Amino acid sequence: MPEMTMVEAIRDAMDEEMARDENVFIVGEDVGQRGGVFRATVGLFDKYGSDRVIDSPLAELSIVGVGIGAALYGMKPICEIQFADFIFPAFNQIVSEAAKMTYRSNATWTVPMVIRAPYGGGIGGGLYHSQSVEAFFTQAPGLKVVIPSNPYDAKGLLKAAVRDPNPVIFLEPKKGYRLIKGEVPEEEYIVPIGPAKVSRAGEDLTIFAYGMMLFYSLQAAEQLEQEGVSAEVVDLRTLYPVDKETILASVKKTGKALIVYEDNLTGGYGGEIAAIIAEHAFHDLDAPVRRLAGPDVPAVPFSHPMQEWFMVNPEKIFKSALELARY
Amino acid sequence: MPEKVIMPQLGESVVEGTLVKWLVKEGDKIEEFDSIMEVESAKVNTEIPSPAAGILLKILVEEGTTVNAGTILGWIGDPDEKIPVDAIREVSETTQPIQLAKQKPVSSPEIGRNRDLGFISPVVAKLASEYEVDLNQIKGSGNNGRITKKDVLHYVENKGDSDNESDAPAWETPGEGDLFRPTELQFPDRFKSTQTSSVPKQEPISQPKSDVKESMGDQLVPLSSMRKAIAAHMVKSKHTSPHVTTIMEADMKKVVDHLEQNKEPFSRQGLRLTYTSYFVAATANALREFPMVNSTWTDNGILFKKAINIGLATALQDEGLIVPVIKQADGYSLSGLARSVNDLVNRARNHQLKPDDVLEGTFSITNHGTAGSLFATPVINQPQAGILGIGAIKKRVVVINDAIAIRPMVYLSFTFDHRILDGSTADYFLAKIVTILENWQ
Repeated sequence: MPEMTMVEAIRDAMDEEMARDENVFIVGEDVGQRGGVFRATVGLFDKYGSDRVIDSPLAELSIVGVGIGAALYGMKPICEIQFADFIFPAFNQIVSEAAKMTYRSNATWTVPMVIRAPYGGGIGGGLYHSQSVEAFFTQAPGLKVVIPSNPYDAKGLLKAAVRDPNPVIFLEPKKGYRLIKGEVPEEEYIVPIGPAKVSRAGEDLTIFAYGMMLFYSLQAAEQLEQEGVSAEVVDLRTLYPVDKETILASVKKTGKALIVYEDNLTGGYGGEIAAIIAEHAFHDLDAPVRRLAGPDVPAVPFSHPMQEWFMVNPEKIFKSALELARY
Repeated sequence: MPEKVIMPQLGESVVEGTLVKWLVKEGDKIEEFDSIMEVESAKVNTEIPSPAAGILLKILVEEGTTVNAGTILGWIGDPDEKIPVDAIREVSETTQPIQLAKQKPVSSPEIGRNRDLGFISPVVAKLASEYEVDLNQIKGSGNNGRITKKDVLHYVENKGDSDNESDAPAWETPGEGDLFRPTELQFPDRFKSTQTSSVPKQEPISQPKSDVKESMGDQLVPLSSMRKAIAAHMVKSKHTSPHVTTIMEADMKKVVDHLEQNKEPFSRQGLRLTYTSYFVAATANALREFPMVNSTWTDNGILFKKAINIGLATALQDEGLIVPVIKQADGYSLSGLARSVNDLVNRARNHQLKPDDVLEGTFSITNHGTAGSLFATPVINQPQAGILGIGAIKKRVVVINDAIAIRPMVYLSFTFDHRILDGSTADYFLAKIVTILENWQ
C-alpha cells in the first residue's frame, strides 16, 4: 500500500468521487487554478474543468448558500471553507438552512452537501487561523460532524460524506495535513460515518480524542507504555452522531477516562463525552472523568511561546494520563 | 428558677413517649442543646436536646417508663436552686412539639466515605458487591492507599490460592447483633467447653450467583451483615427442612373481650397488654400437650426439648428482624408474659438485647398480622420444628349454631418440618391453640 499524507488522501477522495459521480463538484476560495491554499484540490481544476471546480468570491455565506441550492437540485457539492475560522459568516446558512431542511420539508428536500474546513492551531496561525469550531455544529442535529485523524480514515470518511444524504461538516486537522502520514489502499473503500475506532487497545485508562489530538494521544500512549501504563486510545472520528457504545465499552473495561480536545475547555465538545460517561457508566468508574483541553481564553495566541502554552501536546497528555492512571 | 425537662410530643397524634435512656446523670453539667436523653415513640428513637444550660438537678422518671407528652422528666438549674415541689407532677397543657434533634442514624451504608478504607469508587463498590468481597481484606495501591478497580480484580483472581482471608458465610463469622444463626455459632465462647463437638460443621450454603442487570437509575445497596445472616439462614432452612404449612382460623371474641377488660388494670401496673401475650400463652400450652412440636431433628433421633422457649420474630424496620426468646414460656401468668413481651420487644428495637435473650429458642412465633397480612407461610427458624404465623384479627361474618354472627377472626398458619411432624399431629397441635384461644377465660 502506498504511504501518503493526510492532504493527499483527501485529494484522492475528492478525485475518486468526482470521477464516479458527475454531480459532485467543488466550490471555495482559491480551490481552482491555485489548487487551494493547502493544495487539497491541486490538479482537479485541470482534470475536471472550471464548471466542477469553482473559484468563489471571498464570501463564505455565498459558498455555503450556493452549495445548499445546488444540493436541493440534486448536485453533490463539496464546499471548502479556507480556514474553519472563516465559517461563521455561513453559520446561518449551515445551522438554519442546511441542518433543518430535511426536517422541515418532511424529507421532501435533502441537502447532500459536504463542507470541508481545516481547523486547529499549532501552525503559527494566530487568532484567525487556528480555531476549533466543532462544538458549534455538534449541537445542531441535522448535521453530521466528522473529524479524521489519519490519511486512511480521511479518505474513507470523506467519500462516505460525499455520498451521505445529509449535510456533513468535515473538519480537517490542518497541522496534520502533511505531518500525519499513513498507508492508504489503492482499491476503493469507504469508512462509514458513525462508528468510533479503538486505535490502540489498553487496560489502565482510556484516552478519547479526535483529529490532531488523537495523533498526539497515540504518541503519549507510547510514552505511557514505557512507564508501565497501558492506555487505550479511542478515535471518535464521527462527533455527531457519536458512537456511545464504543465509548461506554471502553470505560467499562478500563474504569478511567481522559478526554482530550484542542478547543477551549468550557463548552468544548469533550464535555459531551464526559457527560455520556458520567450518565451511563458511573458504576464502572474508578476515578473522576478528566478533560484535557485548551485554556478558556478567547483565541490561540500568535506568539510562539504563548501558542505552546495554549496547545495540548503529547507531553501534556502523557502527564495528565499518568496522574489518572495512578489515581 | 430551674428549667423543666419534659417529654416532648413526637408528632401530631402521638400522646405518649418512652424514656429509653438518660444520656446524663444527676449532677452532670450540661450545655443547652446537648443531647440529654433518648426517647422512643411510635417506633421512632430520638435524642432530645437540653432546653437549658446548667446542672441536671433531679431525674423524676426512670429509664424504660412510658409517660404522656408534657410530663416533667427532670429539672435543670444551678446547684443551689430549689425544685418547686408542687410542680413535680405537673403536666403541661401548652407543651410545644419539640423539634427532633437528631434522627436515629439509619444504617444504610455510605458509599465512598469509609474512613478506614479511603475513597471507594463506584466501580470498586460494584465489584465488591458482585464478588462478595470484603474490602477490608484488600490492600490499596492507589492514591493514599485507595483501593483501585485493579486491586479488587487482582484480589478476586487470586482468591483461590491465598489463605489470608476467611471465606465463611456471614452466619459462620462471629459478630454481634446477628441473628438467625445457630446460637452455638453466634456465641461460640459459651459452647466451647462442653458442646462444640456436638455441633456439626455447617456447610456453606451456596447461593446462586445472580446475573441481574442494572439499568440506569437503579441503586445497589451493599448487604449489611444482618441482611447476609438472614439470607444465609433462610436459604439454609429451606434446604434443611421440608416445609409444610397448615392454616386454621380462630374466633377471637373471648380473647378480645378479655383484653378489653384487662387493658386498664394492666396499664396501671405499667404493662401494655397485647394479643401477642395470648398467642404465646396458647402456644406454650399446646406445646406442652404436643411435645413433638417442641423438638429438633438430629441424625441420631428427634430431640425432645424439655424447656418451652418461645421466640418472637421482631421487625427492626428495614434493618431486618431479630428473634428474642421468652424462656420457660409455659411458666408465666398472662401478666408475666406481657411483662416479658414488653421488655424483649422494647429492647430488641433499641438494640439492647443481651446474648442470652436470643439463645435457646425451641419454637417461634411471627406476628405478620400487625402489617395487615391475613395468613402467611413463614420459614422455620432452624433448628426448631415449627413456626406459628399469626394473621390480622379482622371482624368477619361467621356461622354459629346456624346463625350469622360477626366475630373477630384470625388465621393461624403453622409451618412445620415434615421430617419430624406429619400433617395430623401438626393439625392437632394447631387445633389445640385454636381451642385455647376460643375458650379463653
